[in-house]
Amino acid sequence: MEIFLQQVVSGLATGGIYGSLALALVMIYQATDVVNYAQGEMAMFSTYLAWTMINAGLPYWAAFVATLAIAFVGGLVIERVVIRPVENAPILTIVIVCIGLLVILNSLAGWIYSYIQKPFPSPFPETPIVIGTVVFGAHDLGAIGVTLVVLVFLYVFFRYTMLGLAMRAAAQNPSSSRLCGIRVGWMLAVGWGLAALVGAVAGMMVAPIVFLDPNMMGGILIYAFASATLGGFTSPGGAVLGGLIVGVVENLVGTYVRFIGTELKLTVALTMILVVLVVKPSGLFGRAVVHRV
Amino acid sequence: MALLEVEGLEAQYGWTKVLHGIRFEVEDGGITTILGANGAGKTTTLRAVCGMVRTAGEIRFDGRRLAGRATEDIVRLGIAHVPEGRGTFMQLTVEENLRLGAYARREKGALAGALTRVYDYFPVLGERRRQIAGSLSGGEQQMLAVGRALMLRPRLLLLDEPSLGLAPLVVREIFRIVRAINREERVGVLLVEQNAATALDLADHAYLLETGRVVMSGPSADLRRDDAIRRAYLGY
Repeated sequence: MEIFLQQVVSGLATGGIYGSLALALVMIYQATDVVNYAQGEMAMFSTYLAWTMINAGLPYWAAFVATLAIAFVGGLVIERVVIRPVENAPILTIVIVCIGLLVILNSLAGWIYSYIQKPFPSPFPETPIVIGTVVFGAHDLGAIGVTLVVLVFLYVFFRYTMLGLAMRAAAQNPSSSRLCGIRVGWMLAVGWGLAALVGAVAGMMVAPIVFLDPNMMGGILIYAFASATLGGFTSPGGAVLGGLIVGVVENLVGTYVRFIGTELKLTVALTMILVVLVVKPSGLFGRAVVHRV
Repeated sequence: MALLEVEGLEAQYGWTKVLHGIRFEVEDGGITTILGANGAGKTTTLRAVCGMVRTAGEIRFDGRRLAGRATEDIVRLGIAHVPEGRGTFMQLTVEENLRLGAYARREKGALAGALTRVYDYFPVLGERRRQIAGSLSGGEQQMLAVGRALMLRPRLLLLDEPSLGLAPLVVREIFRIVRAINREERVGVLLVEQNAATALDLADHAYLLETGRVVMSGPSADLRRDDAIRRAYLGY
């Protein structure tokens, strides 16, 4: 029972991280119909920036906040400079641009920081937290907390601010948004900025677990795809919940199904993607998208 | 001086020219209607005013030239466009739809007053304010579209076939409210319609558009008496 609970909690912690990255993917997908394959590498790069600042002596949380700010501006600039010129190009063009961005960021990080794994600090104590007979990792609980704070922030932003409302409107109906005076192009850029910010949080929360290296988000991005597919690419809440489910299932299957262990965990994610696409392609909470032809 | 003056307006989609140099005006506080059959260029005319298609020619609003301005900036000058198909934000609530209508306004506290005003004109929107807009009936969505445009407190209201697909009773109600808005707030209206009888009742000036050219214009009363118009568009 103790093992079960521990695995669930640590699954929720990584699941929250998958969910955050999935949320970043969904935010951009909803606004532009584009899956940003570079989302993981953007998060990785942000995490390296955080590492640089922490190594330079900045307190963890100061570096954390500074990284979020840089990530936001970076995402915004990437949209304006890289994505904007191909905005009206066929979807495949944009996908290729995103993959190009992935390769560039990955190589850039390797070039600057080398491919040697680096430890990344956790802001939470190393001593485990014991509740009853169950031992929880402090970082796991902390990561869950941080993820929740980010989600609440995003929910409040999109639900209750005029800018958030305008961003939702721009994603749904661009031409009608323009008639309301909304600068749709800028809304997309802000969306990229926010997605990059959420991704940066995911990167900084996962780095203490998987160690910092230029390829660290590769596997995480696949889990994020599984999460978004499971929850539905059209549902932000679904993506987060999908992440939690993927995280927990991955952990439990790894623990209780002997032949899978830690080595074949990623297969679980891929299997989930496959099963969802076959059984319910729109995901648990997604809407089936109807296109008029 | 007229509120909206259009001269020599041309517009095209790709290689296809849709408007061939049309001229019309909307008086400050007046109602002008543009009549015509499907494909005559009515919708394109409205889209041209809002900078949504590529155009040539002169469009002046309140003396200012609109050509070359972005749609978002034209809206900020006080032109509200109720587009073809109503432009409803289907997954947002009724009130969120309305709040978006006031997005371009920067005055503090304008929102609450504007909402109350719209709910006064359209009580049914007030009753359904928390409902998802996609769940409204066609008539209610048309009211929502007009309400959203009003939230801007516009000086000119562009209406693209508000009667399309609605029951006659609902059409009459919407036109009654448009007239009230026009009188009480001195909002100029440019109405594009296929339903010529209703449009001529409402408007003081009318233009008849055929394949991108104005073939007839004048006070509504004159056009209504014209035999050719009566046979072709009024059907009696």
